[in-house]
Amino acid sequence: MNDVAVIGVGLHPFGRFDGKSAMEMGADAIHAALADAGVRWQDVQFGVGGSYEVSNPDAVTRLVGLTGIPFTNVFNACATAATATQVCADTIRLGKYDIGIAIGIDKHPRGAFTDDPAKLALPAWYAENGQFVTTKFFGMKANRYIHDHGISQATLAKVAAKNFRNGSLNPNAFRRKPIAEEDILASPVLNYPLTQYMFCAPDEGAAAIVMCRGDIAHRYTSKPVFLQATEIRTRRYGAYEVHATFAPVEEDVSPTVYASKAAFEAAGVGPEDVDVIQLQDTDAGAEVIHMAEAGFCADGEQEQLLADGATEIDGPMPVNTDGGLIANGEPIGASGLRQVHELVRQLRGEAGDRQVGGSPRVGFAQVYGAPGTASATILTL
Amino acid sequence: MDENGISGYVRGMARALATEVSTWPDEDPQLIGSRCGACGATTWPKQDHCPRCSGPDMTELLLPRRGTLVAWTTQGFVPKLPYAGGGTAEGFETFGVGLVQLGDVVRVEARLTENDPAKLRFGMDVELAMVPFYVEDDGTEIITWAFRPVAGEG
Repeated sequence: MNDVAVIGVGLHPFGRFDGKSAMEMGADAIHAALADAGVRWQDVQFGVGGSYEVSNPDAVTRLVGLTGIPFTNVFNACATAATATQVCADTIRLGKYDIGIAIGIDKHPRGAFTDDPAKLALPAWYAENGQFVTTKFFGMKANRYIHDHGISQATLAKVAAKNFRNGSLNPNAFRRKPIAEEDILASPVLNYPLTQYMFCAPDEGAAAIVMCRGDIAHRYTSKPVFLQATEIRTRRYGAYEVHATFAPVEEDVSPTVYASKAAFEAAGVGPEDVDVIQLQDTDAGAEVIHMAEAGFCADGEQEQLLADGATEIDGPMPVNTDGGLIANGEPIGASGLRQVHELVRQLRGEAGDRQVGGSPRVGFAQVYGAPGTASATILTL
Repeated sequence: MDENGISGYVRGMARALATEVSTWPDEDPQLIGSRCGACGATTWPKQDHCPRCSGPDMTELLLPRRGTLVAWTTQGFVPKLPYAGGGTAEGFETFGVGLVQLGDVVRVEARLTENDPAKLRFGMDVELAMVPFYVEDDGTEIITWAFRPVAGEG
């Protein structure tokens, strides 16, 4: 099988862009990624596009060039961009094409996500009864986790404050103002123990990644970043996940644990080798929990790690250096590609004010979403 | 009015939000789940195939009325439509949500009658209650299921 290298990354800023369509943002991200890779659209042999709001991401070809390439549209909720990444990488890995592009675009209405519960194999009453709210699951999971593992609500505020602070260093971020921990704690409680400023918000944006066969990457860049693994897992019987009417008494762990383990195995590295980390911080509790689920610490160690600043940009295990979802918001189709964009910038040493120290060589990205789907991606120099 | 404050106690005037999930309006209503004859896995509500072994041998099972609170939070903003409890922030009251372990049978996700974090505890005893939810235009009272702390708790 071929190695796969990322040779170009492009991002349309995340936020609110009245009057600009999702497709236009996608075209901007594609042009940025092509320029970064030093290739023309005509060089791209296939595409994979992910979105929630846009039914046909491939229609972006009308704006960037009708070259007739095969183009696959994907949707996998919060793991949509990870799926686009995986399909694009595996197509090259298996030798079908040499150069491809993964893109993600979205433009969500304001407010928490909702849908027809039938589309998630749920009864109508689940929504009518007020349970079809992703944030209340995150509240329950965070509440139980901090209770079981001795983590304070103040530590959740520390996580959110860090991500807003990192966002203030990121010109592409949605939220670019630091918010004090006490203001985060004092904001309205949406789902106890989570307050308003501990949550990310759906928004708009686009990202694109150009990949090629590893052995030809040197033609395009002196610093290729290798995509070692993208693993996706769904929930197992025993896991209590977002959007569930019941759970078994015997517990199993979250799909993030399985996806991360599989990705580390495929990449041949371990959590201790990772220099820069991107985690799904739908809320501050999720970032804390995902640190342990992905294997970066034991349950409960987060309280001390956060107190020590371990996950800050200048700490030993920097998490969400670009501000994560809390500062960038979540355009579902693009969110996981934003993570890859940030890791590539960090590994190349191009992250500017938010560049981690040393010479980072290994990056890790994780997403999690409805109805209990997670992915883990590992990039190395 | 019954002990739960359901004013349409002449139950012809009241209807459950979903009729297939519980035995209400029977006395001491129970949630209706299903159990796999092959592996013993239990679901709520009932479903045709087993989520553990995929087998088709599911039979109806009435779930215990009492349980313990495994996880909980509060819902502090109005859920988007098709939420049936009213679409505006005006008049919306924060409600509790929990994962309740019923005996050693299954855990169910449900509303709680208590919405005050200071009064909710992990592991507390709760029991099933049928409570007023909203009133339809024709006056029919819609009843939903929720778990309330057992007297002496909280």
